[in-house]
Amino acid sequence: MTNKKPATKQELEYQQLVSERAPKSKVLAQCVKAFLSGGLICCIGQLFRDFARLCLHLGETDVASFTAIVMVFLGAMLTGVGVYDRIGSWAGAGSVVPITGFANSIVSPAMEFRPEGFVLGLGAKLFSIAGPVLVYGIGASIVVGLVSLLF
Amino acid sequence: MRNKCIGRRTVAFACPPRILAGETVVSKIEGEGPLGKFFDTVLEDDTWGEKTWELAERKMFEHVVRAALEKANLSPGEVDILLGGDLLNQIISANFAARELGIPFIGLYGACSTMAESLLLGAMLMDGGFASCVACAASSHFCTAERQYRMPLEMGTQAIPTAQRTVTGAGCTLLADDTLIAKAQYQAVYVTHGVIGRVVDLGVKDAANMGAAMAPAAADTFVTHLRETSQTAESYDIVVTGDLGRLGGELFQELCKKENVDVAERHVDCGNIIFAPDQNVNCGGSGCACSAVTLNGYLLKRLEAGDFRRMFFMATGALMSTTSGMQGESIPGVAHGLVIERR
Amino acid sequence: MEFRDYLYAFLIGGGICVIGQLLMSYTNLTPARILVLFVTVGVFLAAFGLYEPLVKLAGAGATIPLTGFGYALGKGAIEAAGENGVLGAFTGGVIATAGGIAAAVFFGALNAIIFKPKTKK
Repeated sequence: MTNKKPATKQELEYQQLVSERAPKSKVLAQCVKAFLSGGLICCIGQLFRDFARLCLHLGETDVASFTAIVMVFLGAMLTGVGVYDRIGSWAGAGSVVPITGFANSIVSPAMEFRPEGFVLGLGAKLFSIAGPVLVYGIGASIVVGLVSLLF
Repeated sequence: MRNKCIGRRTVAFACPPRILAGETVVSKIEGEGPLGKFFDTVLEDDTWGEKTWELAERKMFEHVVRAALEKANLSPGEVDILLGGDLLNQIISANFAARELGIPFIGLYGACSTMAESLLLGAMLMDGGFASCVACAASSHFCTAERQYRMPLEMGTQAIPTAQRTVTGAGCTLLADDTLIAKAQYQAVYVTHGVIGRVVDLGVKDAANMGAAMAPAAADTFVTHLRETSQTAESYDIVVTGDLGRLGGELFQELCKKENVDVAERHVDCGNIIFAPDQNVNCGGSGCACSAVTLNGYLLKRLEAGDFRRMFFMATGALMSTTSGMQGESIPGVAHGLVIERR
Repeated sequence: MEFRDYLYAFLIGGGICVIGQLLMSYTNLTPARILVLFVTVGVFLAAFGLYEPLVKLAGAGATIPLTGFGYALGKGAIEAAGENGVLGAFTGGVIATAGGIAAAVFFGALNAIIFKPKTKK
C-alpha cells in the first residue's frame, strides 16, 4: 500500500517551492495548437465522410465505418513512418483525441516491442493503451445498453 | 575498526586512489551539445549497428571499459575489480558487458547516482587494500530508458517543461594505486574523500520532474559533508551535481541556502551543461551517463589542466520504478559525493 | 459537400480537442487516460441523447474525436438492446464499431511488422 503518513511541514514547504519554481507550460498557445490541428484532422475526416456518402453512396452506418477505417489507416501509417510523434509534439491533444491518435497509441508500442517477440511483444503490447480504451468503452456500452432495457 | 571516517558519513582515504584515465562515448545529440568536443567517441547512430537499443547500450558499456584500459596500456586481466551499473531492470547492460570483459564484477544499482556510487566503493575497496586497480563504469540510453520508464518513442506525446532527456552514452574511470605501473592520462588527480548518500524523499511524485525529487538528497549530502569536516562551500573550487537539471539545480541551491550554505557561485550541474538550451531538452539531461560522461569527458580534463584544484562531485539518483510509480508512491532520491583533487 | 459542414467540423472537432488539452495541461492526465476518459464519456453522452445533436451539426467534427467512438458504441448498444434485448446490449456496441476496431488491430499489427521505431532528435 501507499505510504499513508501525513506530509510533514518540511515536505509541504518543499512541494510548494517546487510548484512555484517549475517552468509552466504555455496553456493558451497549446490550446490554440490543439484547436487548429484537431479541427484540421476532423475536416480531413469530413472529406472522407462526404466521399463515402456522395461517391460511394453508402448508408449512414457504413459511412461511419468507412471514415473510421480510413482515419485509423492514416494514423497507423503516419506512426509507422515516424511522422505522427512529430505532429504530436506540436499538436498535443489535437492529435491525441481524434481516432488517429487511437491508432497511434496502438502502433507505437506494438512496433517498439517487436524485438521481444511477435506474440508477447508485438501482439500483447499492441493493446497496452488500446486495451484499456476497449475495456472501458465496450464495458460502458454494455452497461448503457442494459440500463436502457429498464426504461 | 572504524578509523577512516570523519563524522557519520564522510570517509577519508588514507592512501587516496589516483584517477588514471577516463573514457566516454555518447550519441549524436550529446556530441552536438556544448561539451561535444570533449568526448572520446561520438556515435552517428544510437543503435551503433546493433539490432536493439539494449544491445547498443551494452556495447557502449563494454567499449568504454576496454578503451579506458587501452589508454592506460592495461589488459582486462590486470584490473582487480569492475564496478558499475545502468538504469535497466536487473542492470542488464552492466551484467552482460561484464560477461564479455571477464573482470571480477560487482554490479551496482543507484539509478543515475551509479557513477559516484561506483567511484566511492572503488576507492574504498582500494584504500581497504582489496584492489590496486579498479574500473568504475555507468551507462544509460535515451531509447532503452524511455521504453522502460515512459512512453513508446513513436507515441505522439507533448514535452513536459520539467522533464529531462536521458543522456545516451557511457563513461568509465580507472582508479589505481601508485604501485601500479601504467600509462596515465591524468598525472595527479586523486579521490581523497567520499560521502555516502542517504535516501531522502520530500514527497515529489511527478516522474516528469526528477530534478525536484533528487535535489533534497544532494543538498543533504553536501551540507552534511561540510558540517562533518568543518568546511564551508568556499573550500571547494567547484561543486558538481549529476543530473538535477535546470529546475533541480535551482532547488538544490535554494535548499543549501536554507542551511546557510551559499553554493550558487560554484555550483555546476552536469544535466545543465551537457545540452544547450536550444537543443529542445526542456530541463536538461539525466541518466547514469549524464554525470559519467561529463566527469570523464570534461571535468577531469579541466581538473588536470588546473582550471580548478578541488572538486566536490555528486551524482544523484531517483530510486523509483514503474511499479512504485503506478502504485502512487513518491520518488526517493540519493546522492553520493566524492572529493576529487589535483595534487 | 458544403462549406458549412466543414466549418462546423473544424469548430466542434477543434473544440473537443481543446477540452482534452485543458485536461492534459491542468490535471497531468496522460494520453492513455485521456483516450479512456473520452471514450467512456462519449458512451454516456450517447445514452443521454446529448451527443446526437452534435453529430447532426458537425459530422466528422463529432465522430472523429474519441468521444465519437464512444458515441457509436453507446448508440449501437442501445439500439440493439431495443431490438434484441439483453443479447443486443452485449453485441450492439461492438458491431457498430467493428470496422474501426478491426482496422486498428489490423493496420496496427501491419505497421508494427513493417516499420521500426526511430530515436527522437
